[in-house]
Amino acid sequence: MSARVLVGVKRVIDYAVKIRVKPDNSGVVTDGVKHSMNPFCEIAVEEAVKLKEKKLIKEVVVVSCGPQQVQETIRTALAMGADRGIHVEVSGKDSDTLGPLQVSKILAALAKKEDARLVILGKQAIDDDCNQTGQMTAALLDWPQGTFASEVVLEGDKLKVVREVDGGLETVRLRMPAVVTADLRLNTPRYATLPNIMKAKKKKIDVVKPSDLGVDLTSRLEVLRVDEPPQRQAGVKVETVEDLLSKLKEAGRI
Amino acid sequence: MAVLLAVRAASRGVCCHLHLTPFASSTRSFSEKLTSKSKTERSGAESTVDHLIYTQEHFALKESLNKIIEQEINPFVDKWEEECMFPAHRVFKILGNAGFLGVNKPIEYGGLGLDFSYSVAVAEELGNIRCGGIPMAIGVQSDMATPALARFGSAELKKEFLQPTIAGDKVVCLGVSEVGAGSDVASIKTKAVRKGDDLIINGGKMWTTNGTQADWMCLLANTSEGPPHRNKSLICLPMKLPGIHIARKIDKIGMRSSDTAEIYFEDVRVPYKNIIGEEGMGFTYQMLQFQEERLWGVANVLTAMDNIIRETIDYTRQRKIFQQPILHHQTVHFRLAELQTEVELLRSLLYHATAMYIRGIDVTKLASMAKLKAGRLAREAGDGCLQFWGGMGFCSDVLVSRFYRDSRLLSIGAGADEVMLSIICKYMDTLPKK
Repeated sequence: MSARVLVGVKRVIDYAVKIRVKPDNSGVVTDGVKHSMNPFCEIAVEEAVKLKEKKLIKEVVVVSCGPQQVQETIRTALAMGADRGIHVEVSGKDSDTLGPLQVSKILAALAKKEDARLVILGKQAIDDDCNQTGQMTAALLDWPQGTFASEVVLEGDKLKVVREVDGGLETVRLRMPAVVTADLRLNTPRYATLPNIMKAKKKKIDVVKPSDLGVDLTSRLEVLRVDEPPQRQAGVKVETVEDLLSKLKEAGRI
Repeated sequence: MAVLLAVRAASRGVCCHLHLTPFASSTRSFSEKLTSKSKTERSGAESTVDHLIYTQEHFALKESLNKIIEQEINPFVDKWEEECMFPAHRVFKILGNAGFLGVNKPIEYGGLGLDFSYSVAVAEELGNIRCGGIPMAIGVQSDMATPALARFGSAELKKEFLQPTIAGDKVVCLGVSEVGAGSDVASIKTKAVRKGDDLIINGGKMWTTNGTQADWMCLLANTSEGPPHRNKSLICLPMKLPGIHIARKIDKIGMRSSDTAEIYFEDVRVPYKNIIGEEGMGFTYQMLQFQEERLWGVANVLTAMDNIIRETIDYTRQRKIFQQPILHHQTVHFRLAELQTEVELLRSLLYHATAMYIRGIDVTKLASMAKLKAGRLAREAGDGCLQFWGGMGFCSDVLVSRFYRDSRLLSIGAGADEVMLSIICKYMDTLPKK
């Protein structure tokens, strides 16, 4: 199969880091803070590499949008088995306001340019929790979408996707080309082995600009303020059920 | 027209494995809160820009190794410490598959042929394992029992012993110390006497890390009469041969997850061709192996010290005495600053020695200095930090008490402090002349 898969990866603050809000409440502190690949993006990369190992697709191209540092994230994907990378250079003010709408426009343009049969993304990023990019990309391309995928099976030119939804599991069959977003249980991402880390050095990362792809990065959203969630207060212990009821009444809860 | 929205601070899904909701809703920890089961926050320089000896690949290596540690090792450490054993074959196979056991070993035998700075990066990252025993056992497998074989062994020996060790299929142990000889390596008594095409081995070894689980041993034995520095050889010894007795697994105050064996040899027969390199060169080969072993140990304990200093800060920040956090008392934050300063000094010495070593320069003096300082600083840091934990520091279920026990070995094993001092004095030309 000569199919090409496009995988989008996002560089986010590492999930284990304790987040701090900036003193001016304009955002969170990112300087000097550990960043890594969004966990759902890791799952997306793993799925693409698995498809290649099964010889169902030919090439895995990994894409990331942002400043110079995202190349580290692309390298991690290359070390996991992706074939080549594309760094869409977005820096300064533009990278602060980069959101799902802009990224999906970029991905749609690249999917067409690279003649991709399949676009796999993580279902959401753990910094903004948007859960929009996959859906928007499919809409812009007018392609079918299988989101929250916990299982993906290639059947000729069709794709069977098992989706994790609130009511349980939903199985859909999509005609390719299609967009899939990866959910937690799709797979367990592999460790980048040391030999592959060294091999990844030689793999290519092309740098392109959004303007090359005809994409306008203007944001329609403006962040007004970022606050920490309220500190959890200590609870109050009471002796009897009567006390509990009267306290709840006092607090206006019942 | 721009749509204005107030965007709330993102709530992030913590530790994906535990939650089923499609919309990751668990709250993230903010700023000061101390979670009891917090993942070890990673230590060591995070910047990929302008590091003294590390490149992007070194950092990628540490990142990947850290994932393995957090998923395959740390969740089980408490259990393995209690059982006084860790599954060496299983852990080494995982590391071998990922390429971490043969970092500076020849490519033809499954190694990566990289320079020693990569081994140091691995050693540093292993310091994020929440005990000392397992990194020590890994170090024996990857950097202490195999350098001589990789450098001087025959192709046949390398195929039979080095290749599966790098792959993690065979577990190795190092047989040098004996009941009657530790620091004085030249006075070991184990003999390997030639008989036709075989060697007959009699004697015993002590303090053998991985000894109860090993498939083979890199054995140092006397193979002839003559001057004690020229009559020894290193031998590849399969551990299942008749006459090899694992006398006991030693019960130690620290490094408890690492099995340490006392072993006896009674007329053990092994082919003469199992000698690594030249007969009689064993002592020299072993001395050469020590430089890497010592730098490895330093790299490993530096990360562990960073971790306990940081955990001590976290603990003393939230624990109050006399209405304020312990950390607010000047004696506490000043002492921790002193300890951290010394850690950074030692780290600089490590990188200095490593940079020179990979350029082919002999670093015996620097490596001995680093090893000496590492053993002593680990004792100071362990003791100092434990004090600030108070009663909690005396409990078995905190990292600082385990570090206190585990790190005590560093001043003893792999060359005691006193031996390090003698080496340094030799280089300073201050030893009394014979």
